[in-house]
Amino acid sequence: MRHTISVLVENKFGVLARISTLFAARGFNIDSLAVGETENPDVSSMTIIVRGNDRILEQVEKQLNKLIDIIKVIDFKATKHVERELALMKVKVDKSNRTEVLQIVKTFRAKIIDVSQSSVIIEITGKEEKVNALINMIKPFGVKELSRTGIIAMGRG
Amino acid sequence: MQKTGAQILIECLLKEKADVVFGYPGGQVIPIFDAIYGSPLHFILSRHEQGAAHMADGYARSTGRVGVCLATSGPGATNLVTGLATAFMDSIPVVAITGQVPTHLIGNDAFQEADITGITRPVTKHNFLVKDIKDLARTIREAFYIASTGRQGPVLVDIPSDVQRAVTEFIWPENIEIRSYKPVQHGHPGQIKKVADAINESKQPVLYTGGGIISSGAYKEVIELAEKADIPVTNTLLSLGSFPQDHRLFLGMLGMHGTCYANNAVQNADLIIAIGARFDDRVTGKVDAFAKKAKIAHIDIDPTSISKSISADIPVVGDAKTVLAELIKNVKKNSHKEWLEAIGKWKKSNPLSYKNDEKLRPQYVIDCITKLTKGEAIVTTEVGQNQMWAAQFYKTNRPRNFISSGGLGTMGYGFPAAIGAKLANPKKQVIDIAGDGSIQMNIQELATAVLNNINVKVIILNNHYLGMVRQWQEFFWGKRYSGVCLMKGSGCPDKCNKPQSKKCFTYVPDFVKIAEAYGAVGLRCKNKKDVISTLRKTLSLNKTVFAEFIVEQEENVFPMVPAGKPLDEVMTSLA
Ligand SMILES: Cc1ncc(C[n+]2csc(CCOP(=O)(O)OP(=O)(O)O)c2C)c(N)n1
Repeated sequence: MRHTISVLVENKFGVLARISTLFAARGFNIDSLAVGETENPDVSSMTIIVRGNDRILEQVEKQLNKLIDIIKVIDFKATKHVERELALMKVKVDKSNRTEVLQIVKTFRAKIIDVSQSSVIIEITGKEEKVNALINMIKPFGVKELSRTGIIAMGRG
Repeated sequence: MQKTGAQILIECLLKEKADVVFGYPGGQVIPIFDAIYGSPLHFILSRHEQGAAHMADGYARSTGRVGVCLATSGPGATNLVTGLATAFMDSIPVVAITGQVPTHLIGNDAFQEADITGITRPVTKHNFLVKDIKDLARTIREAFYIASTGRQGPVLVDIPSDVQRAVTEFIWPENIEIRSYKPVQHGHPGQIKKVADAINESKQPVLYTGGGIISSGAYKEVIELAEKADIPVTNTLLSLGSFPQDHRLFLGMLGMHGTCYANNAVQNADLIIAIGARFDDRVTGKVDAFAKKAKIAHIDIDPTSISKSISADIPVVGDAKTVLAELIKNVKKNSHKEWLEAIGKWKKSNPLSYKNDEKLRPQYVIDCITKLTKGEAIVTTEVGQNQMWAAQFYKTNRPRNFISSGGLGTMGYGFPAAIGAKLANPKKQVIDIAGDGSIQMNIQELATAVLNNINVKVIILNNHYLGMVRQWQEFFWGKRYSGVCLMKGSGCPDKCNKPQSKKCFTYVPDFVKIAEAYGAVGLRCKNKKDVISTLRKTLSLNKTVFAEFIVEQEENVFPMVPAGKPLDEVMTSLA
């Protein structure tokens, strides 16, 4: 089962290490992790995507709550929420296929943010599935570089 | 007033009433040692930083106050790790102060630099690196607060030497408020009510209590609950002493080397009320087969302990003492005559015992210690058979009188812990029950004991073996005694299973001479008839004593539930 966990932490050095140690010590693999400041500069927000059965995840959540620098842990399992990810990809293009690439980018409501003779950089934000779908469409043209931010999440309402 | 970081640290320690600090100096803590010089702080110089950490731990376990240890950067700090891990596993409040290389050198692989906050992250409740002297006083205050509240545990504070030397106004933060740390004290009333209902309905309940009873001081409450609802009580290794041994409701310890009747009671219970205990695998045996007929109520201050290995039907998060006080109000007076009669039969048919013949058996030595001290001494233990025999046969009715490394099982723990306990309890008799293997792990602390007139007694049960490992090899590995003979030398045959062999070395080391070399008293006893007189002498001397008892070499700890087996598949002899 895939879980999206949002963690509010004190914005201090070592906090990220504490969290990753906690996951590593229990043999969990983090699928995705995104960190950034919140509206309060003393507080950072982390979105962590992990897989595991509910019992294991309950432990993870409790263990996270136990860390001294953690202010709040939310598992979005039961809550309505939005998830977004940002990806940048550098794609090989030439005259013959440039329009085709542009067409795909347009369909996905993504953006071209850099153009050169032989490549373009595409920017997309959206749900993980949407990002995956675009990447799959673009792959045949030749993806030279791909960089994803990891998912961030926020409760609705 | 303007003070240096080092002076501020000492002020803080004094304000926190840390009346003894155990430690070892080095380059990056010289400013702190300079501030100790001439200060009212009682400093004890250990001979190894691991010793200092265990002393702080023994001080904490015997008093309930925070124990403090101090070490320099790099190797000094890394030597604390086993001590911190020991305290962490058993939830003991310890604050460790370490020196660090100056801030501008951190991360440069400077001389004696170690990322000690990184290294100790998994074995401390929390740790700090103080990069600015302005944060120092508040950090020390938070460290003590975190160590001693909620589920207690060790906290490390790493202080770079330039921070120790920097100067600032000393302001003691009276109040602390950590936004992200709010341990729960009171249990949820609805949940407590559920536990009470379960107790009122239960026909065959068992109270299973752990170290949380000791840290929260819930002894009276446990007795009151047990008596009011007529429930038998079993203790873990860590809670021994918290329930009176001679009480009609007492079952002794449960688990791998627990009594047959405690384990039987657990396996046949319809309700287990676990309080301040964490279902350690040495306690549960095979998890799937643990107390299958029972509903599980679990009261613990640490939510992560609940449903970790055994899923709880009624979880209550809260402090044991507070929750029990509420619970007792909701529990009806009851009697479980039939259940207690059934247990009484198990007690009769399988009592805790040993062969009381003419041989010098280790259990007999411990039995005699109980008799001579009336269970009023503080006993610490090393790890192995000595520890389990001490748990089975040293009978104390007082909490904080039985001190042992449970979770980590640290050989070398007992002797320094005894030194810490004695410093905190100068009027009490303090005895370390040791194996000949374990005592050699921190034997250097003899110097600390002797030079500070710390009158502790070390009872060495010398079986010439790493006995507990040898026992496992005997039972489960076809008696192949690999790497467990402490007398094996270069002249010995490759494979040897003859502990009685005439060719064996007799005393390596000679514990009597070692004691004497350090200025302590060494005694040796080889015959059962001399045990009482040797112990009398040991206890009467106002000095550090090593008393060595040459015991049966292949004596085993029974009962034993083999690792991974259900609690009722118990071995009571090597049939
Ligand atoms: C530091 C450490 N190393 C290894 C072990 C594994 N171990 C557990 S019991 C034991 C034997 C202890 O021997 P001894 O101290 O002579 O006590 P005995 O069992 O003979 O009473 C060993 C090696 C341990 N618990 N701690």
